[in-house]
Amino acid sequence: MDFRYLPMTREDEQAMLKTIGVESIEDLLADIPASVRDEGTLAEVGVPLPETDLVRTLSKLADRNMNTKQYPSFLGAGIYDHYAPSVVNHMLLRSEFYTAYTPYQPEISQGELQAIFEYQTMICELTGMDVANSSMYDGITALAEAALLAAAHTKKKTIVLSDGVHPEAHDVVRTYADGPGLKVETLCLEDGVTAIDNLDALDDVACVIVQYPNFFGRIEDLKILAEKTHEKGGLFIVSANPLSLGLLEAPGNLGADITIGDCQPFGIPQSFGGPTCGYFAVSKALMRKIPGRLVGQTVDEDGKRGFVLTLQAREQHIRRDKATSNICSNQALNALAASIAMSALGKRGMRELATRNLQTAHALKKMLKENGFRIIDDGPSFNEFVVELPVSATSANRQLLEKGIIGGLSLDVIDASRANQMLVCATELRTKEELEQFVTALGGLTHE
Amino acid sequence: MNKDIEQTLIFEISKPGRIAYSLPLPTVEEEKAEDLIPASFLRSEDVNLPEVSELDLVRHYTALSNRNHGVDSGFYPLGSCTMKYNPKVNEDMARLPGFAHIHPLQPVESVQGALELMYDLQEKLAIITGMDEVTLQPAAGAHGEWTGLMLIKAYHHARGDFKRTKVLVPDSAHGTNPASASVAGFDTITVLSDERGLVDLEDLKKKVGEDTAALMLTNPNTLGLFESDIVEIAKAVHEAGGKLYYDGANSNAIMGIARPGDMGFDVVHLNLHKTFTGPHGGGGPGSGPVGVKKDLIPYLPKPIVRKEGDAFVLDYDRPESIGRVKPFYGNFGINVRAYSYIRTMGGEGLARVSKEAVLNANYMLARLKGAYDAPYDVHCKHEFVLSGRRQKALGVRTLDIAKRLLDFGYHPPTIYFPLNVEECIMIEPTETESKETLDAFCDAMLQIAKEVEETPDVVLNAPHTTVVKRMDETLAARKPVLRYHPKEEVHA
Repeated sequence: MDFRYLPMTREDEQAMLKTIGVESIEDLLADIPASVRDEGTLAEVGVPLPETDLVRTLSKLADRNMNTKQYPSFLGAGIYDHYAPSVVNHMLLRSEFYTAYTPYQPEISQGELQAIFEYQTMICELTGMDVANSSMYDGITALAEAALLAAAHTKKKTIVLSDGVHPEAHDVVRTYADGPGLKVETLCLEDGVTAIDNLDALDDVACVIVQYPNFFGRIEDLKILAEKTHEKGGLFIVSANPLSLGLLEAPGNLGADITIGDCQPFGIPQSFGGPTCGYFAVSKALMRKIPGRLVGQTVDEDGKRGFVLTLQAREQHIRRDKATSNICSNQALNALAASIAMSALGKRGMRELATRNLQTAHALKKMLKENGFRIIDDGPSFNEFVVELPVSATSANRQLLEKGIIGGLSLDVIDASRANQMLVCATELRTKEELEQFVTALGGLTHE
Repeated sequence: MNKDIEQTLIFEISKPGRIAYSLPLPTVEEEKAEDLIPASFLRSEDVNLPEVSELDLVRHYTALSNRNHGVDSGFYPLGSCTMKYNPKVNEDMARLPGFAHIHPLQPVESVQGALELMYDLQEKLAIITGMDEVTLQPAAGAHGEWTGLMLIKAYHHARGDFKRTKVLVPDSAHGTNPASASVAGFDTITVLSDERGLVDLEDLKKKVGEDTAALMLTNPNTLGLFESDIVEIAKAVHEAGGKLYYDGANSNAIMGIARPGDMGFDVVHLNLHKTFTGPHGGGGPGSGPVGVKKDLIPYLPKPIVRKEGDAFVLDYDRPESIGRVKPFYGNFGINVRAYSYIRTMGGEGLARVSKEAVLNANYMLARLKGAYDAPYDVHCKHEFVLSGRRQKALGVRTLDIAKRLLDFGYHPPTIYFPLNVEECIMIEPTETESKETLDAFCDAMLQIAKEVEETPDVVLNAPHTTVVKRMDETLAARKPVLRYHPKEEVHA
């Protein structure tokens, strides 16, 4: 069988073996003990597929999924259905970007380095923080790393998470906290926002982590939360939806020590939840504690401006077990996607897109109220909120799917008592007609 | 591209009033933001993002791409990074709307195709590595290492064994190994290499004991050498009650040749962005699935994809699981690309991949070992190391040789790693490169060796042809400028 990715001919093989001075490739494997040699198990992986058959096979699998280009979606909860301008994908497919390694050789990686430098700048502008790194895996692992940073920096052992933070972030933080043996405490919500007074009862607080807007859609009052956290001697960590920051005051201006989040709303497809792109931004005091890669500006031998990876003494390839994090591969290409999308939006577009999200979600909220639905903990929100349904949200979603609508998230994932509540999201892509269809469908729900 | 001109930043071409985005036509009422949320929540100033037209945007990023070297631009023999060709069809597959535009929290009945792909990928990776169960959740190699170590920790703790606080790591290991051990809450103990470049069995036996949680090993190791004592190594670690961890960074050498599961490894991570052609993307995203043997299955992160009858489900009912290591189900888009590659190659193709990668590396070693020192002059696997110590004696360092290679249009090999080789040059050609490419690169390396002897300044002053010359890295670290500031705001 010929393989289009394998250029070696029989003639090449013979010539190369001759240069090496061996008879066969097997001679090169003679140091591998016979007892561990593989005896043809790879046959179970299956036969090779020509490109045509491959495309047919994978297209069939893809077609078995209901995609949000075809069906209106009201799901958010950390992954959002936004429009990625055509230009994003075209630029991402410049293969000098996507087939490159980490830019360790600056002379032939200026493109990537500069793109990251610009990305770091945009994240600083958005969040109001001083320093941003070149990306993390996603918003939630970024949040977990922020918790570890806070514990290492404050030398305190208690991570405090608001219940308004994504439930999967709670899960991931608990897993991460198990490494250094940190304690995880939670702050409940009252009237939909973090009840910060409960912080008084906690000791050894390394940080308080809140989400902005919170998981249930409500906009938290960061200023008060920051003050209370600082009184306790902890770092204040904000997980922010970056698109909401087109409208909302930047966490850096409200007392955040670390702002993290996920750039998925900017030009990155939902892709079943990954890969996305975590952003990580800190105040200047924490610059040398930040995990991951940083790009800095410098000059070359002729004094010409250029960019390099810098402050690498924080990183695993230099510091090994003393590194601030073990992160190596990050999400550089998605950081590039986010930069391109943010550049496309520009100053005005960022505000307009955020505003349109606000308007659309509020239009939906209004329609639901007019149709007799109750909004749970109604209050200031961005593009998500919680609605109460007459049946379980899981059942509602089944009925919605039959009508070709992808409903919101059933809050039975939080706790069984909230089974009739649905977290809904309406982005700029939802039209008035789709909102009406959704509300009508919810009005027609039946007990299954 | 004019290499004499400084590349502008996108902020520097910004002009108020330009935009490269169009908002959908309004269908809902266009109320003012301050009428919908209290003004106290709103930002006082707009986000200072660049304002450019779409063509400005395209020209800018095209210019940047022209200042970058990828695998498609030319040979990229970066050791331990497996810079092989990234097939184009994989990009198309990951962008199918049914994969790219699905939400992770959709009802499972609406994403059966995605779950089937994940299930089949889990199964195929288990076969390839010889493990019993695989999780696709870790986002990258280092994330997989940490996940694997947390699994091992959970395993020991479940047996009431809390004294295993140490992870053994060979001195030739990647920096992520000790860093991951540290994040997982372990202390790292370094195991020495012997004169063969392999794990020093005597040193290992001295250090392994009842406080050993695991030994992390890359096989072949970062010198490109197969740890031929692997059976004895596994025995020593297992007899002491420890677990054996396989760092899959170098798995491009062993597919169809020797499986980690058969070598005695208990936990394996794979870098799908190396062996399985996920593009490196300028640093990521990658994907780092972890495979385990039976006794570690209960601790795998949740959820795992399972098959129930004809349906695929997400199994969250895993009471002994270490929990989540990542939101949702991992880097699905990268997993689609790897799956596309595995289906393209089939078992037969994957076995050929590793054999040809090994042949390519040995061929280059044979051609270069006269001009450069080969500290381990035995047959290598998929990569090999040279030492530039002979050139260093003439006043030219490995860094200079690497910079000179840029003038020939190549990305240099990995340098100064592994740490146990002086002036190290680590070369990994991969199987997707032709003999002509290997020959041309070897010719360049031989010419540079000659230049070092005859015209060293040419090498010492390299690169001569790139858009910038050598960068002042000390300045970058001493006075960090990590973001752009508009001119008027620059402080001295």
